[in-house]
Amino acid sequence: MAKITVEQERCKGCGICIAFCPKKVIQLSKNLNPKGFFPAELINEKECTGCAICALMCPDVAIEVYRQEREKK
Amino acid sequence: MKKVFERPKSLTDVHFTYCAGCTHGMIHRMVAETIDELKIQDRTIGVSPVGCSVFAYEFFNFDMVAASHGRAPAVATGLKRSLPECIIFTYQGDGDLAAIGTAEIVHAATRGENITVIFVNNAIYGMTGGQMAPTTLIGQKTETTPFGRDARAHGYPIRIAEMLATLEGSSYIVRTSTHNPQNVRKTKLAVKKAFENQLNNKNFNLVEILSTCPSNWGLDSIQSLKWLEENMIPYFPLGEFKNI
Amino acid sequence: MKILMKGNEAIGEGAIRAGCRYFFGYPITPQSELPAYLAEKFPSIGGVFLQAESEISAINMVYGASCAGVRVMTSSSSPGISLKQEGISYLAAAELPCLIVNVMRGGPGLGTIQPSQSDYFQATKGGGHGDYHLIVLAPHSVQEMVDLTYLAFDLADQYRNPAMILADGILGQMMEAVELKEYASEIPHKNWAVGKSQGRKRNIITSIYIDPKVLEQHNLRLQAKYKIIKAHEERAEEWMKEDAEIIIAAYGTVARIAKSVIKKAREKGIKAGLIRPITLWPFPDKYFQDLGKIKRILTVELSSGQMVEDVRLAVNGRIPVEFYGRMGGMVPSIEEILEQIEKINSQIERVKL
Repeated sequence: MAKITVEQERCKGCGICIAFCPKKVIQLSKNLNPKGFFPAELINEKECTGCAICALMCPDVAIEVYRQEREKK
Repeated sequence: MKKVFERPKSLTDVHFTYCAGCTHGMIHRMVAETIDELKIQDRTIGVSPVGCSVFAYEFFNFDMVAASHGRAPAVATGLKRSLPECIIFTYQGDGDLAAIGTAEIVHAATRGENITVIFVNNAIYGMTGGQMAPTTLIGQKTETTPFGRDARAHGYPIRIAEMLATLEGSSYIVRTSTHNPQNVRKTKLAVKKAFENQLNNKNFNLVEILSTCPSNWGLDSIQSLKWLEENMIPYFPLGEFKNI
Repeated sequence: MKILMKGNEAIGEGAIRAGCRYFFGYPITPQSELPAYLAEKFPSIGGVFLQAESEISAINMVYGASCAGVRVMTSSSSPGISLKQEGISYLAAAELPCLIVNVMRGGPGLGTIQPSQSDYFQATKGGGHGDYHLIVLAPHSVQEMVDLTYLAFDLADQYRNPAMILADGILGQMMEAVELKEYASEIPHKNWAVGKSQGRKRNIITSIYIDPKVLEQHNLRLQAKYKIIKAHEERAEEWMKEDAEIIIAAYGTVARIAKSVIKKAREKGIKAGLIRPITLWPFPDKYFQDLGKIKRILTVELSSGQMVEDVRLAVNGRIPVEFYGRMGGMVPSIEEILEQIEKINSQIERVKL
C-alpha cells in the first residue's frame, strides 16, 4: 500500500515524474491548474509502490509520498 | 500510511519561479534536505547570486544574503570570517561563477575559504534569455552564438571543477548530474558531504551540478535530461576531482 | 598625551579604537600604511585582516561582513575606489553600514600617486549606479583622521549607511601629533543582521525589488533617510569668518594651505576667512546661509572645480563664487592662492568714504 500526492497548484506539468515512474502510474491531469499547466496525478494507487523516484526527480518539490509501515514481527 | 517523502523544512512555501522541468528545483530540495538533516537551519546563511536563482532567498527558509553578479564567494568570505560558527554557502550558476565571478571563486578556493559552493552548470545564461555561457559547448547554438559556439571566435568551455581541484586550498571538488534518479542520489550525497566538510572545518568545498535549461535549449523536460547526458557529460565528466 | 602618527596609520588606530575588527582591502598607493598597520595590529586583538584578490572582492567581503553586523572597513585610493563602486551601490541599497577610506590621488585613469581631490563628485554624488548617497567626511589633519573615523563608524551604524573618509595623499602620508581620545560611543545592536537565527524570524539582505512600485517605495524610504541625515549632520569649520569679506571654501589639505593664505592676506589688510566643509555629503549648506559681510567666495580645490558646484548651489547666486584649482597631483602654493585673493579683493566695489 502506497500513494503519492501531487500539489496541484505547485506542479508545472513538466512530466519528469511520469517519465521516470517505474510502474507508469502517473499521468497529466486533463484539468488546468491556476498556473496554466496540466498537473501530474496518480492514476493507479494499487500499483504505486511508494518508491519515491517521482518525488526525487520533481523539480518543484510538489510530490509527497506515503507508504504503509511494515508490520514488525 | 506514513509520509516518507515531504518538502524539507529549509524550503519556504513559495512556489519556485523556475521554468517547467528546470532542475534548479531539485538542487534546491537537496540543499534544503541536507540542512534539515544536519540540523543547521538556525545557523545557515545562503548567498544568492544573479541569474535564474537570483530569488533563491525567497525559496530557502533561513537567513539569506543577495550578492552582486559573480561576487557571492567574496560575500561568503566576509560572512564566514565574521561568523565562523555559522554555515555559509553560495548558490551560483555558470555565468555568475565561471565568467564574471571567476576571480572570486578561484581566490576563495585557493585561500581555502571554509565555505560550501553549489555550482549549477547548464551551459547557458537562462535569466537573460539564452546567451552563450562560459560552459556552452562547442557547436551549441545560443542567442549570441546563433551558428553554434566556434572555438576560434568564442574560445572553449571552461571546466571549473578540474581547475579548482588543482588549488591547494580546495578540499572537496566533485561534479555530479541531475539527469536521472541514480545521479540525483549521487548529487545529494555530494551536497551533504560538501556541507559536512564545512562543519568539520575542511577548507573549500564545491559541488558542480550539471543541470538543464529546457526553455533556452529549446527542448522539453525529458529531452533536456537526455541532451545533458549525451552532450554535457562527455565534455564535463562526472566524479570526484578532489577529496581530502 | 599626544603621540606622533602618520595620517594613514591614524585612521587604522581610530578604527581599532572604534571597535572595528574586520578589514578587507587591496594594495594601492598612497594608502598602503593603513592596511599595513591593521595587518600588524589585528592578530593580537582577534581582528581579521584579509588582502583580497581585487578591490571588487574586497568591497564584497565588506558587504558580507556588514551583513553579519560587525564593524568593517576597507581602504583604497582613487582607481581602486572606482573598482569598488558597484559594491558601494549595493551596500547603500541594502543599507549596510561600513567605512570606506579613499586616500585620493591624481586622475583620471592610472594618473599619479600624488595628492588630489578629483574624486569629490564620485564620493558625494553617487559614483555607482542608482540614487544613493554616502556619508562623506573630509579630515584636514592627522587628529581628524582619528576623530572622523570614530564619527564615520557611528554615523554609518546610526543611519545604516556606508560612510566614507575622503582624504588625500598628503593627509595620508604626513605625520602630526595626535591625541587618541577615548572612544565613548556604544556599538548598537543590529537586529537586521544575519547570523544565528534561533528565536527570531529569518533575515534577508538584498537590493533587488523587481516590482517597480516596491522599488520606488524603497527609494522613497532611502531619500527620506538622506533628508534626515542632511538635517542633522551638516558639519563645517568656520575660521576667521566673523568680519570676513572674502571667504575661501576649501576642504582637506587645501584648507590647511588656505589658513596660511588667510593669515598673510590679513597682514595685507584683506579681511579673509575660511569655511571648511567637514561633511562633504551632506554638504554643509547652512554654513553658507548667513553671508554677513562676505562679498566673494573663492573655492580652492585640487581638481578642475567639483565642490565649487555645491558652494554655488548653497550661495544660490547671492554673491559671486570664484574658483581656483590645480590638478594632476600639483598643489597650489600659499603665494599662488594669495594672488587670487588679492585679485578678487581689487575687484570688490567698496563705497568710498
